[in-house]
Amino acid sequence: MKYLSEFRDAGLVNGIIDQIKRIVTKKWILMEICGGQTHAIIRYGLDQLLPSEIELVHGPGCPVCVTSLELIDKALAIAARPEVIFTSYGDMLRVPGSGKDLFQVRAEGGDVRVVYSPLDALKIAEENPDREVVFFAIGFETTAPANAMSVLQAKTRRVENFSVLVSHVCVPPAMDAILASGRNRVQGFLAAGHVCAVMGYWEYPPIAEKYGVPITVTGFEPLDILQGILITVRNLERGNKVVANAYSRAVTFEGNRPAQEIIKQVFKTCDRNWRGIGMIPRSGWCLRPEFRAFDAEIRFPVSQIKSEESRDCIAGEILQGLRKPFDCPAFGRICTPANPLGATMVSSEGACAAYYKYQPVRQR
Amino acid sequence: MTDEKESVEFDGLICPVPLAHNSRIVLGHGSGGRMSRDLIEGTFFPPFDNPILRAGDDAAVLDLDNGLRIAISTDAHVISPIEFPGGDIGRLAICGTVNDLSMMGAIPLYITASFMLEEGLAIPRLVAITNSMRAAAEEAGILIVAGDTKVVEKGKVDEIFISTTGIGRIREGVNIYGRNAQPGDVVIISGTIGDHGIAVLSARGDLGFEANIQSDVAPLNSLVADMLQGAEVSKGVNGIHVLRDPTRGGLATALNEIAVQSQVSITISEDAVPVRQPVLAACEILGFDPLYIANEGKLIAIVSEDCADLVLASMRANQLGRDAAVIGEVTSGPPGKVLLKTSIGTTRVVDMLAGELLPRIC
Repeated sequence: MKYLSEFRDAGLVNGIIDQIKRIVTKKWILMEICGGQTHAIIRYGLDQLLPSEIELVHGPGCPVCVTSLELIDKALAIAARPEVIFTSYGDMLRVPGSGKDLFQVRAEGGDVRVVYSPLDALKIAEENPDREVVFFAIGFETTAPANAMSVLQAKTRRVENFSVLVSHVCVPPAMDAILASGRNRVQGFLAAGHVCAVMGYWEYPPIAEKYGVPITVTGFEPLDILQGILITVRNLERGNKVVANAYSRAVTFEGNRPAQEIIKQVFKTCDRNWRGIGMIPRSGWCLRPEFRAFDAEIRFPVSQIKSEESRDCIAGEILQGLRKPFDCPAFGRICTPANPLGATMVSSEGACAAYYKYQPVRQR
Repeated sequence: MTDEKESVEFDGLICPVPLAHNSRIVLGHGSGGRMSRDLIEGTFFPPFDNPILRAGDDAAVLDLDNGLRIAISTDAHVISPIEFPGGDIGRLAICGTVNDLSMMGAIPLYITASFMLEEGLAIPRLVAITNSMRAAAEEAGILIVAGDTKVVEKGKVDEIFISTTGIGRIREGVNIYGRNAQPGDVVIISGTIGDHGIAVLSARGDLGFEANIQSDVAPLNSLVADMLQGAEVSKGVNGIHVLRDPTRGGLATALNEIAVQSQVSITISEDAVPVRQPVLAACEILGFDPLYIANEGKLIAIVSEDCADLVLASMRANQLGRDAAVIGEVTSGPPGKVLLKTSIGTTRVVDMLAGELLPRIC
């Protein structure tokens, strides 16, 4: 397929691998932020091709994995209400809350529908004026513009039966939190290309400078990822703590300004609880006060829901890049995609699911 | 930025244990993947247990007293929408059962059909469906010999569900079972994968864009007949070891089933698997893997190496197998595992579909 197969070309892939092997002189630990990149790495077996000096650790960039238990419990409570049509991206349906998941709520009679866009949810609201339609607005900066747009349009078109349960998280504060942790091992970052397509990469130079780590904006095809690794390793070897862009066909420094404007118009920065990591100050977006009317957390009586996580798997440490899925005693034995113990196994972008699906047998 | 704080207090080990969905049926139980298998093995096998059922093939094989072997299969069809590009629920109901019988090397003979109809269904639509069933039955050379009709209140079924049961006579000398794959065997697919699943998604409006993709729904008995002839089965050659139609759960799930049944490893090559460009494009956009998308007119053949060329040639001579391709081999690697050689030369595991097929979200 044009513009795609070129980026999966075996000859070009091996060419970059050779370049990486030529320049690497010592061990380096890189983190790819985005779950989409984790999946591409494991799916194409890129880690099998890299020299042993380079260790990739998998970052917290899977929105399904980091959405807090408390918000999922709130989603379950709202979705179970008879007047509600609860709409969500498909992956969220399998993420376990405290007692059940959205699939279970649906099986028990809740009206839970998978949508591909929040604007589809808005359409459902307009078609069902006698029902309350709630959209589970999860995700990083990538999904934020469309989610913001749905709220703006709901306000403009006076769709009063529409609301959003907001769980937005932002990449830069998470990178900052990982680097600030005393247990940090990460020496360089592959920044998430899709997030940067929206936000640009003007937020990263202060992080690179503060912690002395190179950051490379990286895409999702095998060639993109290896190019990102090559540039990051080169910068590490040379001691350049700079931000580079290895995904220039999609990302500019400024990013998508109109999209950023819409986000700013609808959302404001707030503290956010990350599943597996904990509270990261100023790491999320919530609705601005003027859009309170569309806030599902206010519209429905869920403020009393306070959920605590149990402690049965190591998803938290995997999300921080401290451990690998294989380090977990439950991995592949009692924890599988069909019976996940942790969110990293649930989501199609979760690191455990990636390892489970794609890793060769010898490593299982 | 978080300049005001120095370090985050990590919570450490965190993760809730979810329900394993063993208290209620959820949609994933109908995915054709691992959840379906667990439901069958946990709920249906124990009360009905017998060796014929346990074989776990597309159709049951019955040895009758006079040396005659019969294949019997039953299938419920609940597709939505009931009309889709390339077919409708009627054609699907016939082909599904014909194909299940064909996968045992049987000649499909007779089919029965029961109809669950929703109050309010327009009779002209029902007529269109029955005409489509008749056409498919003529194509497959079978007769629809008995039926049943039930009508339920509006909302209790979605327009129409059709359940079909078929029987077929297994040809002499044929020995085709899911357990028969052997190391050294060659894996063949009869054509492009994913056409049916993407066509149905497209018809449902789930793609959000136009896709010119037709379902591949077709009766495969003529293709199987040509293959058996090509492999000279009538002369006592047992070169065709396994046949399977990769329906729900797709090629990946069907190969996993065979690998488990035969206790062998199967390695396929990503570049060798034929996929149409529009299907590939739809999968790229939605985050699907074509290996997991349903087919209704394709079969996997696992054949001995020495008759692979004959089988492949006979498949390509049939319209339904014109794009047939060798996609891999059976090995003595880890039993029950399916591996894929990627286009860039690495190897990864291809697992069974877990639950419901879900799109990625960002």
